[in-house]
Amino acid sequence: MIALNFQKKLIAANGKMLLSVETLIKEGSLVTLFGKSGAGKTTILRILAGLTQPDSGKISVHNSIWLDTQNNINLKPQKRKVGYVFQDYALFPNMTVKENLEFALNKEDNSNIINHLIEMVELGELQHRKPFTLSGGQQQRVALARALVQKPKILLLDEPLSALDEEIRYKLQKYILTVHKEFGLTTLLISHDVSEVLRMSDLVIELNEGKIIRQGPTNQIFNYQDLSAKFQLTGTLIQIIKQDFIYILSVQIGKDIVKIVADESEGNNLAIGDKILVSAKAFNPIIQKIG
Amino acid sequence: MIDWAPLILTFKLALITTFLLFIISIPLAYWMAFTKSKFKPVIETLVSMPLVLPPTVIGFYLLIAFSPANSFGNWLNEWLGLKLVFSFEGLLFASVLYSLPFMVHPIQSGFANLPVSLKEMSYILGKSRFTTIVKVLLPNIKSSLLTGIVLAFAHTIGEFGVVLMIGGNIPGKTKVASIAIYDEVEALNYGAANTYSLILFTLTFSILLIVYLFNNGYLKQFHK
Repeated sequence: MIALNFQKKLIAANGKMLLSVETLIKEGSLVTLFGKSGAGKTTILRILAGLTQPDSGKISVHNSIWLDTQNNINLKPQKRKVGYVFQDYALFPNMTVKENLEFALNKEDNSNIINHLIEMVELGELQHRKPFTLSGGQQQRVALARALVQKPKILLLDEPLSALDEEIRYKLQKYILTVHKEFGLTTLLISHDVSEVLRMSDLVIELNEGKIIRQGPTNQIFNYQDLSAKFQLTGTLIQIIKQDFIYILSVQIGKDIVKIVADESEGNNLAIGDKILVSAKAFNPIIQKIG
Repeated sequence: MIDWAPLILTFKLALITTFLLFIISIPLAYWMAFTKSKFKPVIETLVSMPLVLPPTVIGFYLLIAFSPANSFGNWLNEWLGLKLVFSFEGLLFASVLYSLPFMVHPIQSGFANLPVSLKEMSYILGKSRFTTIVKVLLPNIKSSLLTGIVLAFAHTIGEFGVVLMIGGNIPGKTKVASIAIYDEVEALNYGAANTYSLILFTLTFSILLIVYLFNNGYLKQFHK
């Protein structure tokens, strides 16, 4: 069990903000921190990793205390042994892919894990290249592999996939799910992409302006478990046109814009910019081969 | 034929000064790049003083401070056996002080311009601050280190006022090339002055040229 309970004053875009977090995270779960940018998600990961110190609070992980401001306990990042993938990956430019992984290895540990990880994220051919010669997705895989060299119990991922295109993203989501299971990790993932959250996580913690506003199992938070639909897509509403008794909604789903019809009761609740879930039954879809 | 002693002394002085500065400046620059201490502006100012102060002012105060006639100089002399006026050790001390900003500033900005995430990631991977500096930070600011080394070296070769004040003009002991040139000109030996000058000019030009070539990547093909 990871128990978080801390407060920190932050300077956010629109003035001062109090980050106040109290939650329990079960061992082995994959949790998404969800919310607008500036809600304090990254700071939570940094506090958990020991890079930022909260003003007051307590953190305990699997019964050992990492932080207790009342008793002046604050474990250094070096002692916390978390795996962390930064948003900018923070690969060491002076080392090759393999050297980046080797740097993370403790002297007394077996070096077999390095080859295992390199195979796992399919970096064999790139292992002697320097990071700046790699694409974003490849760098992300190196960062993920490096974070696992020390076999951490906790993996922190700060929007690791936001800079990547859809196809690579999907592949990397699979890598993350694989390592999450294989290493028995407790994973905290930051994302503000609903489809990613739905695909990946068991639990969601939703934040707004430094406070937890909702938390629970993913399907409850996004309230879709009672639909018997067969297609589910998430997208952003970009246009609403009212025509007589119905609304025509333009929804951006991935790179495509889809027009759908909504009735008055549905349309009245929606505003441009809303994230929406579009679902349809499997009866009678039109299927056409396009390539 | 010219007397080679001043040139040899100059390069010996510059080499040892640069070496000492390199060792002193890495921790100092690291501290200045990352500290949140309120003393930082004061230390920064002190380090930068040699940039703006006339060298003779530094030389003058060092001369006063180290003079065996006053208590501090006397203490140095009696307890440590150090005589810092009109000696090579004195020249060395003054040179280190005088060229300090030329070594510290490039290294400091090198540290400051590295993404903080590199340092943080190294800590997360369980590495100490020392390992992080040696294995992660320094290898990624090679060009800043090189710039610092070369500027400090070239600047020490070029100093005049400080060495004249604290070192005097003792042949073979404290008479460096820049002073030798002045001496030759005063004695109307323009030929010898020209030889010294030309040697210094050529050497410093070549050193700086190599640095700029290196830092702009022209030499990548050779050192890779």
